[in-house]
Amino acid sequence: MWDYLKLAVLGLLTLLAAIAANFARDFVYQVHAVIVMLVAGGVFLRALRHTDEPKRPVSNEYMDDVIRAGVIATAFWGVVGFLAGTFIAFQLAFPVLNFEWAQGYANFGRLRPLHTSAVIFAFGGNALLCTSFYIVQRTSAVRLWGGNAAWFVFWGYQLFIVLAATGYLLGGTQGKEYAEPEWYVDLWLTIVWVVYLAVFLGTIIKRKEPHIYVANWFLLSFIVTVAMLHVVNNLSVPVSIWGSRSVQLFAGVQDAMTQWWYGHNAVGFFLTAGFLGMMYYFVPKQAERPVYSYKLSIIHFWALIFLYIWAGPHHLHYTALPDWASTLGMVFSVVLWMPSWGGMINGLMTLSGAWDKLRTDPILRMMVISIGFYGMSTFEGPMMSIRAVNSLSHYTDWTIGHVHSGALGWNGMITFGALYFLTPRLWNRERLYSLSLVNWHFWLATIGIVLYAAAMWVTGIMEGLMWREVDPQGFLVWSFADTVAAKFPMYIVRGLGGVLYLLGAIIMCYNLWMTVRSAPERATAMAPAE
Amino acid sequence: MSAEEHKDIETTGHEWDGIQEYNNPLPRWWLWTFYITIIWGIGYTIAYPAWPLIERATPGLAGFSTRQNVADDIAAARAANAEVEAQLAGADLASLAPGSPVYDYAVNAGAALFMTNCSQCHGAGADGAPGYPNLLDDAWLWGGDIEAIAYSVRHGIRNDQDPDARWSEMPAFGEMLSEAEIGAVTQYVLSLSGNADDAGLAQTGATLFADNCAACHGENGEGNRDIGAPNLNDAIWLYGGDADSVTETITASRFGVMPPWGERLGDAGVNALAVYVHQKGGGE
Ligand code: HEC
Ligand code: HEC
Ligand code: HEM
Ligand code: HEM
Repeated sequence: MWDYLKLAVLGLLTLLAAIAANFARDFVYQVHAVIVMLVAGGVFLRALRHTDEPKRPVSNEYMDDVIRAGVIATAFWGVVGFLAGTFIAFQLAFPVLNFEWAQGYANFGRLRPLHTSAVIFAFGGNALLCTSFYIVQRTSAVRLWGGNAAWFVFWGYQLFIVLAATGYLLGGTQGKEYAEPEWYVDLWLTIVWVVYLAVFLGTIIKRKEPHIYVANWFLLSFIVTVAMLHVVNNLSVPVSIWGSRSVQLFAGVQDAMTQWWYGHNAVGFFLTAGFLGMMYYFVPKQAERPVYSYKLSIIHFWALIFLYIWAGPHHLHYTALPDWASTLGMVFSVVLWMPSWGGMINGLMTLSGAWDKLRTDPILRMMVISIGFYGMSTFEGPMMSIRAVNSLSHYTDWTIGHVHSGALGWNGMITFGALYFLTPRLWNRERLYSLSLVNWHFWLATIGIVLYAAAMWVTGIMEGLMWREVDPQGFLVWSFADTVAAKFPMYIVRGLGGVLYLLGAIIMCYNLWMTVRSAPERATAMAPAE
Repeated sequence: MSAEEHKDIETTGHEWDGIQEYNNPLPRWWLWTFYITIIWGIGYTIAYPAWPLIERATPGLAGFSTRQNVADDIAAARAANAEVEAQLAGADLASLAPGSPVYDYAVNAGAALFMTNCSQCHGAGADGAPGYPNLLDDAWLWGGDIEAIAYSVRHGIRNDQDPDARWSEMPAFGEMLSEAEIGAVTQYVLSLSGNADDAGLAQTGATLFADNCAACHGENGEGNRDIGAPNLNDAIWLYGGDADSVTETITASRFGVMPPWGERLGDAGVNALAVYVHQKGGGE
């Protein structure tokens, strides 16, 4: 019965996509309709061939196939995203890299959202998907709820990534940073996300442990809040159901405020709460030490999620936003400082009594430096929220430096640590192929981040000061073009930082691949869910 | 995990996949810093505009307003320069003496205006780019005395925003002359500055030039400032002096557009720019 329903839905979807491709009013929409048609058609045929096969008995082992796929996807999208980042970094230094023949597809304006979405949503998103599935099963001691729904989440999310990425290259965007995809892609992501929430919650509900582990609080808050942010910020009315364009529900300063409420909480819940969930599982596991303080976890968790939601206006200081909203955004950001650091303290202090392991374990070192960068960017952030500081830092490369010390240092490094932790366990290997390659990765990535962040602090503060410098009669001393020219050397340094970071990630992929291929098998089989 | 080693600190007693949690208290310094930021936050929201009420938000005791601050800053700058601005707006440019306060102010203001409004086309150093004239040299299209420069800036050139814009249009000769004729006249044009590759062809081009071009560019190609027709015998080129560029100019003609600035920058702004450009080296 279920099989036939599935076939009917898939067949209908294929047909609808074909009709949509036919009536398409713009090229982006048409390409997307064809992609959806091919995917739905393919899945339809596959389902048809397997319809009458006997069902495999329901397993009670941990569902790890989907996590293995997630590990591969994370590594793959990571390299794609870093490559795009490095390329656009060099486009800013050498504008000729905006090739004439690639205008309208691969110029800076098209590749920048490709980079941000590839790293945040494809790399970070897949990392969150697969680690959250791993963590929630292990800490609830049950198999994922919902059978193949987890596979639907995984593949549905990849389809979302492909639609988003092809959309950017072809110019399909609603022009909201980090929320660029058009309305139908948004709708699709909403469906996928609701199923994700159901799988995660379902697993927690049927858990065998009496209590819910901290990591799961953070992961759940991430999933729930992202659903809310995504829906509200993307409220729009399509111009036609056969076209990709839509009209936003909010306008003017209200739209800006909604956008940065979304944007800041994408940082707060996607890049912070979700990754804190990761941290709370992998750090104690890798260090083999208990978490430092249960009380601190509770207090900083509730304080963090309560405060983040109000901090968005710090992205809109000195704009059309009324002063009162700007003040509140600033105050909540500063108060957010300690709750953010709660996670850092809990992570670092978990190592007390195990500091010696840092000398021998490069994976743990990766996790620790990640926590360090988390602490740094959550100090820098509240500082930049202060109006007087923001009047210097806003619109400059300082913001870009802040972003990447968080993104490369915190999100990147903790994810690498998690991948190194997961791969031997998921593929049943005794150990990684090479710890010395992990060491190489660690140093390349660390130096890469330092070059990137330092270059951006220099250019950011320099251009901020140049923009505001006036002579005694009140005339500006520098033109905008002067500041661009002055930044050139530092842009090359930043690009080199990107190259090192990318190189480290490629070494990681090699190491993980060789682990799966040639590291010795683990002696005992993986334990089933209890 | 080895909680036994730390018997003095208790764990919460739960365990997930081997992970335990200590029952450590909140770090003192952490808690106190958190309290201090909260107290500071309350104080700050009392001093500054913050809490939204039904009609409007609380204005704050400090009387702070970003819009008012900007308005005050601008008003203060305006007031400080008001007198000299007025003098500059009404100045007779030709008789403005270098070294006088108004003149010095104009150079300074002109430099700032030039950076924001002109450098995109004429280059940050005013040395021009293909299609955009160099403003430093002695070769002027429309005139290099200060009044002529002011006119070019105020009304612009070949734009449709300002009815008084300078205007002229070189015909596209691609439809009137054959390719061979254009080749010949190209060689003649190049020969005027001593750069022809083919003296024979240039000879043929001479008559063609006299018939078609001399009316605007002058008999010896010396140009005509009344209609912005460039001098062709000075080896200074607006659109490039190689044979291909010259052929392209003659075949398709050009139509260089410069926007009008009078409306936007006002009399004082235009005068400042004229003084600034004039003192750059090429002014007459
Ligand atoms: C959009 C590009 C553009 C901008 C911006 C621009 N110009 Fe021009 N300007 C031109 C072009 C093109 C010409 C030459 C037109 C022609 O072929 O006659 C020109 C000509 C001139 C001339 C006449 C030169 C001569 O040889 O007679 C002056 C003076 C001048 N510009 C000054 C300025 C100043 C001052 C500004 C800033 C307020 C400015 N321009 C902004 C494009 C521009
Ligand atoms: C109606 C007047 C007129 C006639 C006739 C005319 N020109 Fe021009 N020519 C101009 C003007 C005006 C310009 C400047 C165009 C611009 O800046 O957009 C110009 C520009 C040029 C230039 C470019 C100079 C440079 O510095 O790059 C060349 C070369 C030229 N003309 C050659 C010719 C030749 C050869 C003929 C005859 C076949 C000719 N012109 C006929 C008005 C004329
Ligand atoms: C090899 C590594 C990377 C390089 C070289 C790189 C480079 C860049 C460049 C050049 C920009 C555009 C900056 C500008 O417009 O001035 C950018 C923007 C951005 N990148 Fe990266 N990036 C890298 C990795 C990452 C990662 C891993 C993440 C997130 C997890 C990330 C997130 C972002 C974001 C959010 C922006 C937009 C910032 C803003 O608008 O303020 N990047 N990156
Ligand atoms: C307490 C924590 C934080 C606060 C208060 C904070 C504050 C800020 C401020 C004030 C800006 C600059 C806004 C502007 O001038 O335009 C900013 C930008 C940004 N921050 Fe943070 N930050 C924090 C943590 C983080 C972390 C941990 C990350 C990433 C992992 C991050 C990612 C970003 C991004 C991506 C932007 C750029 C947004 C854009 O303009 O596109 N932030 N943040």
